[in-house]
Amino acid sequence: MSLHLYDQAGVYLVLAAFLLAAGIYGLIRRRTLIGMLISGELIFSAAALNFMTLNRFVAPNPAVGQIFVLFLMGLAAAEVAIALSIIIAVYRNYRSIQPKELSELKG
Amino acid sequence: MIPGSDYVVTALFGLLVALTAAGALLAVMSTRIIRSVSGLAVCCLGLAGLYYFLNSPFLALMEILIYVGAVCVTIVFGVMLSEPDEPAPQEKRGREVWWGGVAVLVSAAIFGGVTRLSLRGLWPAPVAPETDGSLRAIGIALLTTYSLPFELISLVLLVAILGALAIARGGRSRE
Repeated sequence: MSLHLYDQAGVYLVLAAFLLAAGIYGLIRRRTLIGMLISGELIFSAAALNFMTLNRFVAPNPAVGQIFVLFLMGLAAAEVAIALSIIIAVYRNYRSIQPKELSELKG
Repeated sequence: MIPGSDYVVTALFGLLVALTAAGALLAVMSTRIIRSVSGLAVCCLGLAGLYYFLNSPFLALMEILIYVGAVCVTIVFGVMLSEPDEPAPQEKRGREVWWGGVAVLVSAAIFGGVTRLSLRGLWPAPVAPETDGSLRAIGIALLTTYSLPFELISLVLLVAILGALAIARGGRSRE
């Protein structure tokens, strides 16, 4: 066997599609804000895996994709910090973090 | 090359793929939130191994450091500060099943569509790489071509820290 399984782009791309589908399933199905945040992280991971795969197999300069994924990780970390602080503020006001009960607006 | 090492490497690769998929399933299917945080951590460990297979040990380390070390621990802190477990289903049984069916259908359609696109896609043939993609090449590119995004992301992180502090602090001193 000249071409190994781990040297084919298809395996990585299908796995990235699976991560994206799992993340979207979680976003639809979850009934708490933290669960939806975790599903969002899965979607970020799917995008990062896709970038890394195409960077390895297609792109002319293999450093660019790595730098992009590094920026993506930084943005994901910032997003988690902001989202968790919003969740804690919501919990303090409503005593609940179910999106169903967050139905009041105040202006 | 040691005979049989191919099988070991392929088995390791299969293990990493299975770890990633199982972690993702655990992260979205379990009802206790702490279990789905653990699923996310397992998924990120598998992804770190896959990054190693994709010729990027640096990003494998960063994935473990940022996702498992920072993101999952931060989410665990969030879990400790609120009551995030999935509530017992109060709505009618039929409605619940219907929504579950819709969710499975939508995600299966997305999985099928994206898989078909990525397997049938006419990717351009690989060209000769300009750099070797090593840590040295990444560092040089970060300090020359990509120095502006590099500075901007540090600004984004600073603003995110300040914003998180400001939002989480509001309403704590009174009542």
